[in-house]
Amino acid sequence: MADAIVAEGLVKRYGSVVALDGLDLVVPEGSIMGLLGPNGAGKTTAVRVLTTLLEFDAGRAAVAGLDVVRDARELRRRIGLSGQYAAVDETLTGFENLDMVGRLYHLGRQPSRERARELLERFDLVDAADRQVKGYSGGMRRRLDLAAALVAKPVVLFLDEPTTGLDPRSRLGMWDVIEELVAGGTTVLLTTQYLEEADRLADQIAVIDHGQVIAEGTSDELKAQVGGERLELTVGSSRDVASTRSALAPLAIAEISVDERSNHVVVPVSGGADLLVEAVRLLDGESIKVLDIGLRRPTLDDVFLTLTGHAAQDGQTDEERGA
Amino acid sequence: MNGFVEALADGAVVAKRNLIKVKRVPDLIVFATLSPIMFVLLFAYVFGSAIEIPGMNYREFLMAGIFAQTVVFGATITGTGLAEDMQKGIIDRFRSLPMARSAVLIGRTTSDLLNNVIVIVVMSVTGLIVGWRIHSSFLEALAGFGVMLLFAYAISWGMAVVGLAVRSPEVVNNASFIVIFPLTFIANTFVGTTNLPGPLKAFAEWNPISAVTQAARELFGNTNPQFPAPDVWPLQHPVLASVLWSLVILAVFIPLAIRQYRKAVSR
Repeated sequence: MADAIVAEGLVKRYGSVVALDGLDLVVPEGSIMGLLGPNGAGKTTAVRVLTTLLEFDAGRAAVAGLDVVRDARELRRRIGLSGQYAAVDETLTGFENLDMVGRLYHLGRQPSRERARELLERFDLVDAADRQVKGYSGGMRRRLDLAAALVAKPVVLFLDEPTTGLDPRSRLGMWDVIEELVAGGTTVLLTTQYLEEADRLADQIAVIDHGQVIAEGTSDELKAQVGGERLELTVGSSRDVASTRSALAPLAIAEISVDERSNHVVVPVSGGADLLVEAVRLLDGESIKVLDIGLRRPTLDDVFLTLTGHAAQDGQTDEERGA
Repeated sequence: MNGFVEALADGAVVAKRNLIKVKRVPDLIVFATLSPIMFVLLFAYVFGSAIEIPGMNYREFLMAGIFAQTVVFGATITGTGLAEDMQKGIIDRFRSLPMARSAVLIGRTTSDLLNNVIVIVVMSVTGLIVGWRIHSSFLEALAGFGVMLLFAYAISWGMAVVGLAVRSPEVVNNASFIVIFPLTFIANTFVGTTNLPGPLKAFAEWNPISAVTQAARELFGNTNPQFPAPDVWPLQHPVLASVLWSLVILAVFIPLAIRQYRKAVSR
């Protein structure tokens, strides 16, 4: 299968700030790549470079087989971009927004209108079609923005934090829409700071920090990289913490970590559900009162923390904002 | 499709969008017409009773000046409009589309020109009410309006550069106010330049706004042959000077604006 997106050694500097520091990325056709990273990691910069919006300092990139610099114009015909802020015109109606985008893709007058109607239908915006966008909810705006990105039936779709700022219900709705799209064969590059979102949508995830891809793989592969399962439990009293640690020591495959304040104990294990039974038996033997116990697989949050040394939703840095 | 034709077609789509906005949010155009009406009334009745223009009725003298000032201010919407589109990410959207790099700017400057036409019509009516009259032929009067609109169109391209560079509509507004106000006052717009102190006088005489104002005055027949314009080339050949100024401004700012647009990325 051909690769829809290829980036090699992309470098972008803003003065002394390095937004992209040798970014490499390959996205096979028809797959979803999740670009995961905190604010300021370089996600948006990468999307802007790949969508021809931003000139870069070194490296090369091709989308749909077209060079982002040399074939920029032709490339723009084949891609769709839905940005971090819904880039729709508030004073126009939903229909007018989509119709305008269609005209600017040079679909022609009649086909533009038809396509606009079709997309409004598909994104459940028919009732709002002739209302000004300023009356739309956040979720509706995002859907309209995504619809605008799809007007020309792009082969590669770039979604820059498509659900940032949406309430949980709108987010779920957005996920459904994106999944449906990819089922239709579109290649998607999705940036997100929500690990849950990457976990659910992406075939491949590239973790990006300080302008570089620091880890790449499927969600399972990344989790395996951090470590397997662990047993997490909370005991009723701080006096029990030490005895819990010694009771469960035989099950641990690495060091047990303890949070004294919350009486929380984490035991790295391997062996599946049977271990849970074993652990409960051991604790019962010591008469330790357990408030909560569970066998957990690492989340992408853990992956992120392990790889970057900081959590995924750290405060915004100047990089993304200032650049 | 031929590149230029395509740019015009795309520009028309963008202009249509801008005009829909004007229709739906008329505040901008309402204020753009109210303030010149206010100016006409203030100058005609407050200053008009104090300022003496030899051989002329002040209200007749005044109108071309107010027209010139107003269309130049009108051109600043190009800057604020683009800055607003930058801020809202709309420029990013446009830039991700396979359209000509000049199309958004062509569309913007064109719709702002049409706005200026509307403003001029409203002002002309106000002027006629306070006693302004055109003493030339219909074609000459039309040419007078044409000279002013051409100049305003050129200023629009300059404002486009500012709007794309500054990225905040409020800043564009304030910045242009600071520049345009003195530019339109240190000129022959509201008073004669003869009694201005030396450096100001030189500035006023070579100020393109003076040339445009003088051109409009002559084409409207609002001058008195007994009192000729100052003896400097641009005011002796105001129509030619206005057109030249406009062309020079266009030649400088069209490429600059397009270059700025190519690099424009919202934050």
